Amino acid sequence: MTSRFRPARFQIPRFQTVLFILLVAASAVMGGLLWRQLDRAHQRLLRGEDSAPTQAPQVAPAEQATLLVANDADNSLLTQVDTLPLPQDPGARARLILGKLLDLYAAPDAAHPVPGGSTSVAQVFLLPAPSLPGNPNSTDPKSAEPKSSAAAAATGPLLAVVNFAGAFADSHPSGIETENLTLQSISGTLHANLPRVTEVRFLVDGQSRPTLAGHADLTGTYLATDAVPTEGAHP
Amino acid sequence: MKNSPNGPRNPLRTLLLASLLPGSLVARIPVAPVLGVVLAAGLAAAQAPAPPTAPQPAPAPQPPRFLVVLDAAHGGDDPGGHLGSQSEKTFTLALSVRLRSLLGARGIQVLTTRESDATLDLNRRAEIANHANAQACLSLHASMTGSGIHVFAAAMAPAPATRFAAWKTAQAAWVTRSLALAGLINSTLQQAGLTVTLGRTALPAVDSMTCPALAIEVAPDTSAGANRADSFTDPAYQARIAEALAAALLEWKTEAHQP
Repeated sequence: MTSRFRPARFQIPRFQTVLFILLVAASAVMGGLLWRQLDRAHQRLLRGEDSAPTQAPQVAPAEQATLLVANDADNSLLTQVDTLPLPQDPGARARLILGKLLDLYAAPDAAHPVPGGSTSVAQVFLLPAPSLPGNPNSTDPKSAEPKSSAAAAATGPLLAVVNFAGAFADSHPSGIETENLTLQSISGTLHANLPRVTEVRFLVDGQSRPTLAGHADLTGTYLATDAVPTEGAHP
Repeated sequence: MKNSPNGPRNPLRTLLLASLLPGSLVARIPVAPVLGVVLAAGLAAAQAPAPPTAPQPAPAPQPPRFLVVLDAAHGGDDPGGHLGSQSEKTFTLALSVRLRSLLGARGIQVLTTRESDATLDLNRRAEIANHANAQACLSLHASMTGSGIHVFAAAMAPAPATRFAAWKTAQAAWVTRSLALAGLINSTLQQAGLTVTLGRTALPAVDSMTCPALAIEVAPDTSAGANRADSFTDPAYQARIAEALAAALLEWKTEAHQP
């Protein structure tokens, strides 16, 4: 009885009811489509991610690497030859050798104690040295010589850009001698194992930084072939 | 002062005026009487009997100015390395003050880059040294690594002096003199019984200095016991270093004044 006398304003019009049902149905259909697309994408991802080895792991042959190990006691660099597996790629090779060098410095009884170890070198990039003929940055007037830049890049001197991890620079001991020895030993080690590397630049977390730990200049280019001073000798 | 109709009252002023004025005006000024007055005065002074005075000795030639710049590294917001209980900036300032006193007592002019715990940019340090036109510039540092005294000169190759030098390699024209100073300081420190390590490095402040410039890094004494940081609180060790550096700079001054 009450519904019979209900005012018309309380009744939902039929077209609104139909519209509501249609919207709910459309939402359900779209949700289903979305779920199906997601499932397809997941399946596609799984198919592309083949975890099975496609190539047999290559065991790099063990080779000899020459390390120039710093010694704080007399401000010297001592040559040490280690044997370790090295890849053929020069950049990866350089990074592994420097990692080995920095592992020595991270040892408890190191003559040049520097924390960090092998993870301190994030990358080593090898680029044609700026003095290389054909290099657009070259200031050498001989750049115009008709020597092929590709051939020159294959045989000419290289600039190594060593990118340190920020934690390494932040934890490096402060001092002229210790910072200088770290940079000299890295430069000398790179040149000893990759003789084409004649110049070295240093970055920290991919950025240029004024000094390593408050002293040694990191904005300039270090010559890898620089002579190393010894105790008591005049520089 | 007014001029009389026949001529000025001050003859010297008239002469000065005549030399400054153009010819047409000079011609109107009666110069002859003035010259006569001046010449007469000069003649009278020449004829007057000279008072008996002792013969004046020839003035001694002034020795060339000798100035040393002492740069206490770090300071203010930049503490430098940690040397046990104190920071590098505190030690270098104390050494700079002590060395300044010793050099002053030996008659050597000293300019310090900082006299307090103040932040000083590396470029500003080089600017101070370069404006001073000094004969020696020492950048004082300290470190817990190594032992004895580390003496560093710039690592760049010598280059001839030019009128305009690149800021970052301005030291190149002075490297030869810097190496000579390093040799002198090396021998003096060794005579004082200190262990010396010589080296070359790239330091932003020293590389921009246009004077014989070195970085002197004090490391713990070789005879220090288990606690190497004790060297930095030992006044005797600091005094030995300062005395030896002062002696070396005095010898450098003597060599600089030799023809």
